[in-house]
Amino acid sequence: MQPIIQTEKLSHIYSPGTPFQRAALVDVDFLAYPGELLGIIGHTGSGKSTLIQHLNGLLKPTSGRVLVEGKDIWENKAATRQARFRVGLVFQYPEYQLFEETCYKDIAFGPKNMGLDEKEIDRRVRQAAAFVGLPDSALEKSPFDLSGGQKRRVAIAGVIAMEPAVLILDEPTAGLDPAGVEQIMGNILDYHRSKDATIIVISHSMEEMARRADRLVVVNDGRLPLEGTPREVFAHREELEAMGLGVPTMTDLFHRLRAMGADVDPSVYTVEQAKAAILNALARKGSTPASSDGRGAV
Amino acid sequence: MALKDITLGQFFPGDTPLHRLDPRTKLLLVVLYIVALFLAKNALGYALLALALFSAILISKVGFKAVFKGLKAVLFIVIFTAFLNLFYTVGEGEPLLSFWVFHIYWEGIRTAFFMVLRIMMLISSTFLLTYTTSPIRLTDALEELLGGLKKLHVPVHELSMMMSIALRFIPTLIEETDKIMSAQKARGADFDSGNLIQKAKSLIPLLVPLFISAFRRADELAVAMECRCYHGGEGRTRMLVLRYALRDYVALALGFGLIAAVVGANFLGVF
Repeated sequence: MQPIIQTEKLSHIYSPGTPFQRAALVDVDFLAYPGELLGIIGHTGSGKSTLIQHLNGLLKPTSGRVLVEGKDIWENKAATRQARFRVGLVFQYPEYQLFEETCYKDIAFGPKNMGLDEKEIDRRVRQAAAFVGLPDSALEKSPFDLSGGQKRRVAIAGVIAMEPAVLILDEPTAGLDPAGVEQIMGNILDYHRSKDATIIVISHSMEEMARRADRLVVVNDGRLPLEGTPREVFAHREELEAMGLGVPTMTDLFHRLRAMGADVDPSVYTVEQAKAAILNALARKGSTPASSDGRGAV
Repeated sequence: MALKDITLGQFFPGDTPLHRLDPRTKLLLVVLYIVALFLAKNALGYALLALALFSAILISKVGFKAVFKGLKAVLFIVIFTAFLNLFYTVGEGEPLLSFWVFHIYWEGIRTAFFMVLRIMMLISSTFLLTYTTSPIRLTDALEELLGGLKKLHVPVHELSMMMSIALRFIPTLIEETDKIMSAQKARGADFDSGNLIQKAKSLIPLLVPLFISAFRRADELAVAMECRCYHGGEGRTRMLVLRYALRDYVALALGFGLIAAVVGANFLGVF
């Protein structure tokens, strides 16, 4: 399949030529395919934020190329601007970027910059607001009167209103309560499904990533050492732990069970998979007293 | 250029004799150096001062590049001063060049040249101070040196605390500005093109969130300080107590020596 975003030998060096010089990305070949939900994991300072800021042309590569829909985004000014609209980027704590008098105006900021007409802007603002579950009555309110979770949803709507083909979110659920996390992830998935958009999410929560992502990319020290389906990536438990990353609790449990001598598949990462794996193991063994232990683990 | 690359008054951490000097000594040395700059009257004096500055830069290991980069910021003022001095100094004897209302005298060239040297060396020396001294130590030094004013009921501690907080938050605010700018650019904001009014308007999406976050930060900081029972300067002790060491006396002696040498050079009177 033709990738929607591709980087070729992308490198980025911060503050070159000063004592603060630091390589944030080294020869990164990153791929994202149309319509997939891609998770990026990596601990603080690994270079993941730097990477995503290259994907819509906010940062210019020190060397290497970034292609969006097959076109080099640094070819000319128009291409860079086009990339900004095709690839929507929601920063960490996006609620701190709200500035307009009303939520409506704030959400309309992006579409307005795209040069759309009033009618189209209105349609997009209302649709984006609907995606994030913002009632019409809230649209005329000041964004500063809303609660933290609502502010964040307004900010995300501001990017969704540009209807990007790729939506990138940096820690969209950071600092929210479990209900807020569910709500925001739900909004993002709604957009994913209805527009068939590519979603790229940076997250610290292995559970969340394991449950939702089609594919995972691991960033460590400015490089991409691991990539693949959650199952493939979480099979590398030792390597992940060496990078300061964990694996989902279920994976960890099964790795330990295996270390204790149980004949189970350690690549599981959800409760359902765990149940299947245990039933599998039991079926292989035949019905023995171990079955009661197995049920306990589920 | 990213905002992060601004080096104006930035501290370059290091472990050179210049970094290790007591900040009060460094502050005094800069004052002495500036006094010496204004005392110098001829080429020999300037040569001595340039030599002192060059060796200080070499010792500090911050590199000439960093110092020159700082000078770029004041380039306009330097050129402006040079022009004023060049055209408005009236010397004895015939002008070297005359056109319309402008007359250039030999003295004009000389004053302009020395004035440029003086400003550049002055700025370089202060840059060297901030390059080799962390802002916190610098404000500590100021508080100590101005300690005498406390007797006149000048709130020296409060002023220096405000200064260190302000300095402390400059990088934070720059980072914040960078972040908000990126976020708005991601929504298609354009900060670079258009006429002056459009440019000013394009700053609203940047300034509103920036002010809000600055006030939020100030609020949080005040609460955090009060939680730790901060109540101002009265009876407050320090974790890092400034103490003069032998090298500080040596450095100060060198500083006074430089002034004496410059005054001496004035009497030798070459050029």
